[in-house]
Amino acid sequence: MVVPDEVVFGVLAFMIVGSAIGMVTSRQTVYSALYLVINFISVALVYLTLRASFIGMTQIAIYAGAIMVLFLFVIMLLGPERLPPGRMPVWRRVVGILFGLGFMGELLVVLLWGQGQQAAIERPPDGFAGPEAIGLTLFNEYAVPLEVASVLLLVGIIGAVALAQRARKKEVDLLYVTAAEAEAVSAPEETTATQDAEEAV
Amino acid sequence: MIPVTYYLILAVVIFTIGAIGVITRRNAIVIFMSLELMFNAANLVFIAYATHHQVLEGQLFVFFVMAVAAVEVAIGLALIVMIFRTRHSIDVDQVSSLKG
Repeated sequence: MVVPDEVVFGVLAFMIVGSAIGMVTSRQTVYSALYLVINFISVALVYLTLRASFIGMTQIAIYAGAIMVLFLFVIMLLGPERLPPGRMPVWRRVVGILFGLGFMGELLVVLLWGQGQQAAIERPPDGFAGPEAIGLTLFNEYAVPLEVASVLLLVGIIGAVALAQRARKKEVDLLYVTAAEAEAVSAPEETTATQDAEEAV
Repeated sequence: MIPVTYYLILAVVIFTIGAIGVITRRNAIVIFMSLELMFNAANLVFIAYATHHQVLEGQLFVFFVMAVAAVEVAIGLALIVMIFRTRHSIDVDQVSSLKG
């Protein structure tokens, strides 16, 4: 049995939009993160339906895997459920949503105005965007951008470690931290250890 | 397969939800996650048009966007941890010492 492409797309779009709304509206940050995992995996499935297998797998490994683990680490490190919930005034929320919907209308008008009925995407040949094709293009034609990206990643790692290092040294003589608070801050040594582990990721 | 317009509309909806999240939420971590949502919408358009025109460059762009997003998340979350240590809060409305 072959499921029509429209049905597959409809189900995936429903999952994507639903999990995105759930992420933005849920009170608990952990739930937001888990909704975002569902969203990333659904988007990866859409990539697979577009025959972009390599990018789909990268999406699952990097976004749904590495980046979300980083988010969950930080959420558990900070424990934001113990914080007093910062409530946005209702009028600001309403204004924000109105501006967002207006922006969406603008985008739809600009992108779709006068486009008419479009033909369906043609099915690409087998192996169009497989790992082999992507690898060959990446290492032949885009070798320099790849190296630049790796340098950027290195700078990112060094920057994150440097931020954490400075925090540890100056922790005590922060101007606006009282002595009791400074003790509370410097006491849990395992927090810094966890953070180091997370930056190693 | 499906017309490319469908993917465009889906991407616009995802991008809008992300933008509304950035505007209306005050929790810095949720704001970051909304940013990731907007990255995803842009990536979806790249992939849809790459398959539509049958060129590989769009997919390589997505690859580089993912690399930059990973760096951005690492640095951004380190900054959030720093702010939390000094302020004991990640409410973006309370981080206003640079206010003019």
